[in-house]
Amino acid sequence: MPDNVTEEVIDVIAETQRMPREKIALDSRFEELGLDSMDAVNILFALEEKFDITIPDEAAKQIRSIREMVDGVQRLVDAKALQ
Amino acid sequence: MPQPVVVTGIGVICAIGNTREEFCRSLREGRCGIAEITLADVSGLRFRNGAEVRGYQPERYFEPRQIDMIDRFAQFAAIAAREAVADAAVEWTDELRERCAIVTGACVGGQSTEDQGFWDVYKMGKPRVHPMTIPRTMANAGASYISMDLGLTGPAWTVSTACSSSNHAIGQAFRMVRSGDADMAIAGGSEATFSFGILKAWEAMRVVSGDTCRPFSKDRSGMILGEGGAMLVLERLDRALARGAKVYCEVIGFGMSADARHITQPSVDGPARAMRMALRDGNADPEAVDYINAHGTGTEANDSTETAAIRQVFGEHARRLTVSSTKSMHGHALGAAGAIEAAATALAMRDGFIPPTVNYRVPDPRCDLDVAPNESRSARIDCAMSNSFAFGGLNAVLLFRRLRGT
Repeated sequence: MPDNVTEEVIDVIAETQRMPREKIALDSRFEELGLDSMDAVNILFALEEKFDITIPDEAAKQIRSIREMVDGVQRLVDAKALQ
Repeated sequence: MPQPVVVTGIGVICAIGNTREEFCRSLREGRCGIAEITLADVSGLRFRNGAEVRGYQPERYFEPRQIDMIDRFAQFAAIAAREAVADAAVEWTDELRERCAIVTGACVGGQSTEDQGFWDVYKMGKPRVHPMTIPRTMANAGASYISMDLGLTGPAWTVSTACSSSNHAIGQAFRMVRSGDADMAIAGGSEATFSFGILKAWEAMRVVSGDTCRPFSKDRSGMILGEGGAMLVLERLDRALARGAKVYCEVIGFGMSADARHITQPSVDGPARAMRMALRDGNADPEAVDYINAHGTGTEANDSTETAAIRQVFGEHARRLTVSSTKSMHGHALGAAGAIEAAATALAMRDGFIPPTVNYRVPDPRCDLDVAPNESRSARIDCAMSNSFAFGGLNAVLLFRRLRGT
């Protein structure tokens, strides 16, 4: 997995949540970071804007950790590159 | 001296009925009014389905000039009020026109008009918007047109508490009549949400189902937006009896609370306090309640927290009472939801049936109440509750009782 997507996803979370970047690790789960479902919706919005992708509701509901979020974004970015 | 308050008239226009009796038949038949949205282009949306008023022809109700002046949401308010007043066979006098209050609920209000105006100036580069944009958009337009339509000159105003708006409206009207501040009230709500910009805002919340509305079902995937209007005529029991009015039921209690917790996540405690307050206000035991028309949006969070709140308030009795979500049929009409559901509850009491929760497929252990899945049931309802819980954590609960001797 290219590191830049990981880094950028973490940047987006830090920015939208006004959270120190170093608090966020690839293995962090949302509840450990104190993120609720509305925070997740805000993060998804920022990721869609940043990567110019559309994250489906069903996929979004499954995401509970930073790693799952990075994997999901990576898949959508790859799919977009193939188009 | 508090006066008993009764419902003597009902008017409804929504996805499952353009009149009260058509609405009532649909409730009994469990007819779902959810289908692909036609009022806005859904090709750019993640969801396609909504609960629209079908076959609506404004010219059947209004003069062409009026149609230009009145947003769809306020048209629905006026139409429901006309039907409710005709149903109650109100005989207006100058005194009654002054002593009749109007309290309406609206959440989105005329934002569809505003959305069109913003489209014109931002997207189409037009230099001006329609001159009626402000009076069409204002949330109180429904109350204003009811007053103009019927010539009512008493207190009239609008409550906006998102999805609880019309329960708060009916509750306030109920208290005005009970206290003697008004002899009669027209109370309810209306909404018309199907405009592209508004739908995009709901899409961004990620709470609207891409499928349909399946309240309390384990495979529920969110709410479905609805539209329409419903109004009740409330009046003092002694005046209703004196003029020989037919009575649907009494309104006996109203409870409201704030979660004071999260702007969108529901809580168990706030709704539970509103339900308890409605019972206390109506001097009713929890065991007296036969039926609850649930808020029941079909979102993951609402249905499980509402179940927990009902269990907290009703204890063992929660196993015996029936709870259903008519939103599964008429969608979530936001500021009109409480009024449509109050109408459903009063009609169910009149005709002796429990409206079903349709689209129900899979039992959810976190929603383990009797939700009258998919088919209505014949049942005498002596006491019923109707719940509305809003984004912003503002809860409003109404309590109805069959009039003694009916």
